[in-house]
Amino acid sequence: MDGVAEEYDVVVLGTGLTECVLSGILSVKGKKVLHIDRNPQYGGEMSSVNLEYLFKKYEHKFGRIASSTPWTKPGSDASDTKPWEKFPPARHWNIDLVPKLLMACGELTNILFQTGITENHEFTQIAGSFVQVGQGSSATVAKVPSTATEAATSSLVGLMEKYAAQSFMRWVGAFQENDPATHKGLNIQSATMKEVFEKFGLKDSTRDFIGHSMALHQDNAYLTQAGMIKDTVLRIRLYVNSMAQYGRSPYIYPEYGLAELPQSYARLSAIYGGTYMLNTNVDEFLWKDGKISGIKATMTDPIDKSEMLKFETKCSMILADPTYFPDKARPTRYLLRAICILNSPIPALRTDKKCNEDKNFSLQLIIPQSQIGRKNDVYVAALSPQQKVCPDGYYIATVSTISEGGSDYVNELKSGLDQVGTPVVTFMVPPVPVYEPLESGHQDKVFLSKSYDSTSHFESTTDDIQDIYFRATGEPLTVKGLREGQLAVGGK
Amino acid sequence: MAAPRSQQAGRPGSRFAQFKLVLLGESAVGKSSLVLRFVKDQFDDYRESTIGAAFLTQTIPLDENTTVKFEIWDTAGQERYKSLAPMYYRNANCAVVVYDITQSSSLDKAKAWVKELQRQANENIIIALAGNKLDLVRDSPDKRAISTADAQQYASEAGLLFFETSAKTADNVKELFTAIAKKLPLDQAGPRNLRSAGSRPGVNLRPESSSTQGAGGCQC
Repeated sequence: MDGVAEEYDVVVLGTGLTECVLSGILSVKGKKVLHIDRNPQYGGEMSSVNLEYLFKKYEHKFGRIASSTPWTKPGSDASDTKPWEKFPPARHWNIDLVPKLLMACGELTNILFQTGITENHEFTQIAGSFVQVGQGSSATVAKVPSTATEAATSSLVGLMEKYAAQSFMRWVGAFQENDPATHKGLNIQSATMKEVFEKFGLKDSTRDFIGHSMALHQDNAYLTQAGMIKDTVLRIRLYVNSMAQYGRSPYIYPEYGLAELPQSYARLSAIYGGTYMLNTNVDEFLWKDGKISGIKATMTDPIDKSEMLKFETKCSMILADPTYFPDKARPTRYLLRAICILNSPIPALRTDKKCNEDKNFSLQLIIPQSQIGRKNDVYVAALSPQQKVCPDGYYIATVSTISEGGSDYVNELKSGLDQVGTPVVTFMVPPVPVYEPLESGHQDKVFLSKSYDSTSHFESTTDDIQDIYFRATGEPLTVKGLREGQLAVGGK
Repeated sequence: MAAPRSQQAGRPGSRFAQFKLVLLGESAVGKSSLVLRFVKDQFDDYRESTIGAAFLTQTIPLDENTTVKFEIWDTAGQERYKSLAPMYYRNANCAVVVYDITQSSSLDKAKAWVKELQRQANENIIIALAGNKLDLVRDSPDKRAISTADAQQYASEAGLLFFETSAKTADNVKELFTAIAKKLPLDQAGPRNLRSAGSRPGVNLRPESSSTQGAGGCQC
């Protein structure tokens, strides 16, 4: 039982959420899985890490971001070689490298529930969902309205548009794809969202918050592209229904950080016989007739880096994150991120009565691109000790956007950084490539996932999980009923 | 720290608290066998790893008013290649760190796990050290590689409960889990249901809360 088996049905490379959900489900369905990661921790690109990791890996700056002091390169702190020791110890920190949240009614929440994973974790509600109007000194940040009634009273909607916004929200509720009576006289296939907004007499700023902070579109392509009406209606409904679940925001979050979720699926896979190896490098891929047939790999000791195990095994397919096959994927864009460690809550929530009562200072703030003269939205995700990601007295805010070129990352993220106050320390993550696989995997039996994109939630990730599952097995992914038979057994 | 799950049950004054317990230690020291003995009072010389069980449960009546229920999580074999997910012991209330009294290296590994728990797990986690395979040294004392006194001394210094056990003969197995139950902070167990939103801002995920997406209705 100590040796690696001669053959596996599936070898999975990388322990991000996508790979781990697939491993877990394939194991439950009886496949023999070997799951490998080159890193010493679970999570791949979406690991949750401590401060030592951030200080060792990323440029950082103490205090005001806009100050003229230069960024400190990782590992080059001359006088003070272990800056993380000035902070509470490692156990208190679970800082996400990918700033995402779960939609309460989203597909990931459904998969988590159907596979029994929700039993392993506590989830907290994110306390606020905000949108910014205007920029610079005239920027205002307001709560995103989520019902027809709220739309009518929101400061985001101009006096003249209140009735229009209310009617629009009612229309979103009534819309049915197969009932032309609910289509406002438009051809749903060929008409655009721009035409819909015009029908209701909604102006640019209202369109901005509906399209970006409720439908969660990241740019304005949805406005003029035909066939986006149904998609946009469903997105708004997902937002509104998620919001209606717990009342303060549509988002929920697993305590101790996002990387708990891949770990939980890895455990599910292991319970069903999956074999797990961290710290393991693939030395060579083995091919037969153009198809993957196996791997050669080496596992090293996490402490002394000595070689622990060298092995070769056969497999009939590989599922992997794209970093394991850089020649089979291409970067489509680059993500910019700044991770800010704060010692006071994010300004937008500081005086909020409910946040102070609950000590839950977490939010998602969306800054629509047109408000700040960009092509891509800027996101701010803030978390607090309530989410068990940082110690009491500290807060984490991550500012992110899609890079539009150039090397002035601070300037691209500026509108978001302006909303976090004065951080204790800020870490600048160098541009993260978003890879997309070049091929479907049908030919070589290597099925690659997409990188985690810049969206604030996991809806595109679950699309990818379902897509890979279908490509790899030829069957649609059904999770309903998977949790039966994996509940506790025994005992009295 | 993860609050133990507790509820008032049965007649007034009776108390029922649930705690997560994890087992740690090198491969093949008998972690699963200890659980199997405790939960089902069974032993199997050639047992393969359990497949398909997320955790096992067992209750211990502490006194006529108090019952402790353990939710016992197994490593699922992830420790074999040093790849145990920290999520496994993240919010554990108690841990049994197991070594094999006939394998001297297994105590070093146990000490490393104790260190890891003290670094990463709940600050007030109750840790018990269990020197397993006591039956092997009963028959042939020369097989013993770790003396009781040495292990006892380490356990005292590190603030751990300590037992030498045999999953095979059931020696000290019940005693081990009972000692843990007695040390658990029952008084801190506030009335809290398994997944209730209740007084805390946590959320209660339930099937009807999922997947309303696209399904016609809208709460607009």
